[in-house]
Amino acid sequence: MTLDFALGDIWVYLSTSPLLHLTLTVLAYVAGDWIFRRSGQKAFFNPVLLSIVMLVTLLSVTGTDYPTYFEGAQFVHFMLGPATVALAIPLYRHLRLIRQLWLPILASIVLGATVSVSSAVFMARWLGASQQTLISLAPKSVTAPVAMGITEKLGGLPSLTAALVVLTGVLGAVIGAGVLAVVRVRDDRARGLALGLNSHGIGTARAFQMSDVAGAFSALAMGLMALTSAFVLPFVLRWATG
Amino acid sequence: MILKFIALLLVCQLVGEAFVVWTGLPIPGPVVGMILLFVGIALRGGIPQGLGWVVDGLLSHLSLLFVPAGVGVMLHISMLREEWPAIVVALVLSTVLTIAVTGLLMTKLIGWVQRRRGED
Repeated sequence: MTLDFALGDIWVYLSTSPLLHLTLTVLAYVAGDWIFRRSGQKAFFNPVLLSIVMLVTLLSVTGTDYPTYFEGAQFVHFMLGPATVALAIPLYRHLRLIRQLWLPILASIVLGATVSVSSAVFMARWLGASQQTLISLAPKSVTAPVAMGITEKLGGLPSLTAALVVLTGVLGAVIGAGVLAVVRVRDDRARGLALGLNSHGIGTARAFQMSDVAGAFSALAMGLMALTSAFVLPFVLRWATG
Repeated sequence: MILKFIALLLVCQLVGEAFVVWTGLPIPGPVVGMILLFVGIALRGGIPQGLGWVVDGLLSHLSLLFVPAGVGVMLHISMLREEWPAIVVALVLSTVLTIAVTGLLMTKLIGWVQRRRGED
């Protein structure tokens, strides 16, 4: 038996076992996270974005289809549900911030969420995006596990939503501080809230680089945004897409 | 015991999913589970230490969990080839608008609340 043939056998065996794609998913993320840390935690080198690019490239090169990949990756994917439930804990931890400023926080969340959904949906519709894309785009500012759940319920594409949510997060983390400087918002509570509302967890990581106060308000905004969007977005979207 | 708290998260999710199926509401089941857990903690008045550990462990690599779904964009590459300009413009414009409006409103309202408190 030649070496080549033996390697071929091993490949055939491994590529039909879920273990291979589960391992590749975790390895790609570890590699992405390593690059992110090496870059000095620059939002542009987002580990999720990097690992998606790596995995899509690898699957295309090896001619592996998505269902085969997902047989392994589903074990990671499954954890999204319990993780969403677990978001109650950080929300509870940051809720004390609301006590003094409940009116500014709630008003800003409601208006911010409305602007986030309606501006994206109207602009994309005007530029000719399909109905399915509009639904998948609408929860782009909501933390990924909740956003994907919303899209799935409304008949969009959860996988497209996952990618758009990450892109929105990265975009807000990269340009957010600049936008806030231009409109002369200097209060760390307002800066954190704006970043967390638009850019969920990725914005919150960026906000913690500004200050602990900005980070806490960002985490609070992310939690409240997820909660309100899950209930309000289905109805807003029905109205916005007519 | 850690296992107890893992079971708690799963039970909350399961009840949430069952509630959503039962009512037919277009809300993700895990979000209902999140509310259940939140109400439970609020009633108890604090987070049990073991639950804090389980949750922090689970959430410390939260972003790994959406990689498998994200890889699914490979299924929509032909659609994206046509619609990417609309998507990119919408994302950039909406991000700038959302951050500016939210930041400005929050600043104005904080100022307003503080002025009112100063007058009282």
